[in-house]
Amino acid sequence: MEMRKVLALELQKIMQINKYIIIINADLARAAGLSDLYEIFPERCFNVGVAEQNMAGVAAGFSSYGFIPFIFTFTPFATRRICDQIAISICYAKQNVKIFGLDPGIAAENNGGTHMSVEDVGVLRSIPKITIFEPCDEFQLKSALPEVISRDGAVYVRLFRKECVSIFDENYKFSFLKADKLREGADVSVFCTGLMVEESILAAEELAKSGISAEVINIHTVKPIDKESIIASVRKTGRAVTAENHNIIGGLYSAVSEVLSLNCPAPMRSVGINDEFGQVGRIQFLKSYYGMTKNVIVNKVMELLNEKK
Amino acid sequence: MDELERICIQVRKDIMLQIGTFGVGHVGGSLSIVELLVVLYRLHMRFDPQKPEMSGRDRLIVSKGHSGPAVYAILCNEGFFSRDWLLTLNQPDTNLPSHCDMNKTPGIDMTTGSLGQGFSCAVGVALASRLCSDGAYIYVILGDGELQEGQIWESAMFAAHEFLNNLIVFIDYNDAQIDGRIGQVCGIEPLAEKWRAFGWEVVEIGDGNSCREVNDGITFAKNTKRPCAVILHTIKGKGVSFVENSGVLSHSMVISKENMNLAFMELDSRI
Repeated sequence: MEMRKVLALELQKIMQINKYIIIINADLARAAGLSDLYEIFPERCFNVGVAEQNMAGVAAGFSSYGFIPFIFTFTPFATRRICDQIAISICYAKQNVKIFGLDPGIAAENNGGTHMSVEDVGVLRSIPKITIFEPCDEFQLKSALPEVISRDGAVYVRLFRKECVSIFDENYKFSFLKADKLREGADVSVFCTGLMVEESILAAEELAKSGISAEVINIHTVKPIDKESIIASVRKTGRAVTAENHNIIGGLYSAVSEVLSLNCPAPMRSVGINDEFGQVGRIQFLKSYYGMTKNVIVNKVMELLNEKK
Repeated sequence: MDELERICIQVRKDIMLQIGTFGVGHVGGSLSIVELLVVLYRLHMRFDPQKPEMSGRDRLIVSKGHSGPAVYAILCNEGFFSRDWLLTLNQPDTNLPSHCDMNKTPGIDMTTGSLGQGFSCAVGVALASRLCSDGAYIYVILGDGELQEGQIWESAMFAAHEFLNNLIVFIDYNDAQIDGRIGQVCGIEPLAEKWRAFGWEVVEIGDGNSCREVNDGITFAKNTKRPCAVILHTIKGKGVSFVENSGVLSHSMVISKENMNLAFMELDSRI
């Protein structure tokens, strides 16, 4: 099922019970798949029009009254466009706002460079206390949603709108504090997130054919990051590759590097957008253009393994 | 002497006390809104200083957050905290930072300081109040220079769209911003027409430093069907001659102990 459909259905269930949930969007209710919620809960759903700054402030105001507002727009407009509103009206003021950025990075596809956020995680990650989460499939999203609501403060959810390959199943149990170890390995740690989880698993399968054992860990929450899992894995494998749908500056590669440099320095490689802007194209084209494929991950692992220790 | 005017003098003295004790601060725009604060807290707002978080209270959001010292003076007068707090403005670990902070100061309803943002928050508060049917009024104070922020007009448009008649905005039109007179930096006229064009009721108060005129404006604004903007023509630095005479330079000023005492003497002479 499409991620936005899963989100809307889950929110519908939650909103029946939790009367404090407020939905606010900036002229993207249909794109976000939220139209039904606007029909069912008209008194708790708002559309501010194309005015993202106001959306963030209105949400902060609702939060100051004890409500739990969710705001929605495309990823770049949910982050870089309203960075100061998120920093001051929401985070500094300790408001409880859930920020949904739709179609991160190359998922913007044919909306192209203006809509392709290569920097959203980097923009937000340096704001104190914010939580940054990216579900990799519908089961993770579903399991995480109650946690997103109960976690006090600002939570940024980086959400791919369309259908994802399932990584988990109905039994999956989400915790903000615990990264998902998807595959045990001994030779290299592959830390991945979002769209790159599937590529990382495929890469690990490919590497296994050559007798290389890759540990794959989904870092669904880049802030606060699960340091223990990262350190434990690299202590075992001695090397790490990160794979993300974001600029390698400011995102997962940076976050994992920060953890390792302090606790367990190790040779690393990054897979992601190499400090370039986005462009139009389908996901497969963009993955290949920016080097975000399983083959690139395999190559980076081989580079590391061929390095002298 | 009128009781409200007596309180205005005390509030002005307490603004000078806070800024004079620290040595520097946003004097001009604090002194210009004194009558507004006194009339709001004495005659209109529903609040309980013993329960600053009381649900259903009227709320004041000072979007021009740098006027913190003025708000602290009236909150102190109303009993939200003790007078000795006024001596701690901007000192380490203070509960009174230069810009309003809802997590530090009892009675402050929103964290403000990045101009333009408090108004949007107030729109959210007004919607929340309406959803709760608690009958609260949501008051907002905007600076005139602050109206140059684009976010102000996003908020104005949406508040009118939602018919938020529990939302009352005051514009502290003292015609001075950091770099000059408003019209020299980036003009905001025709101001009343702008707000009307955005779907607001507008009332213009010729002397925004007159308690009587301010009260008339608030009374009118509480009874409109749409959100209402009250344009207050005020004087930056009002009530303290050397601050008034500094014109646009009074936005943030050094206040020596000597000048603080001069201000006290001038204000006391009016009692």
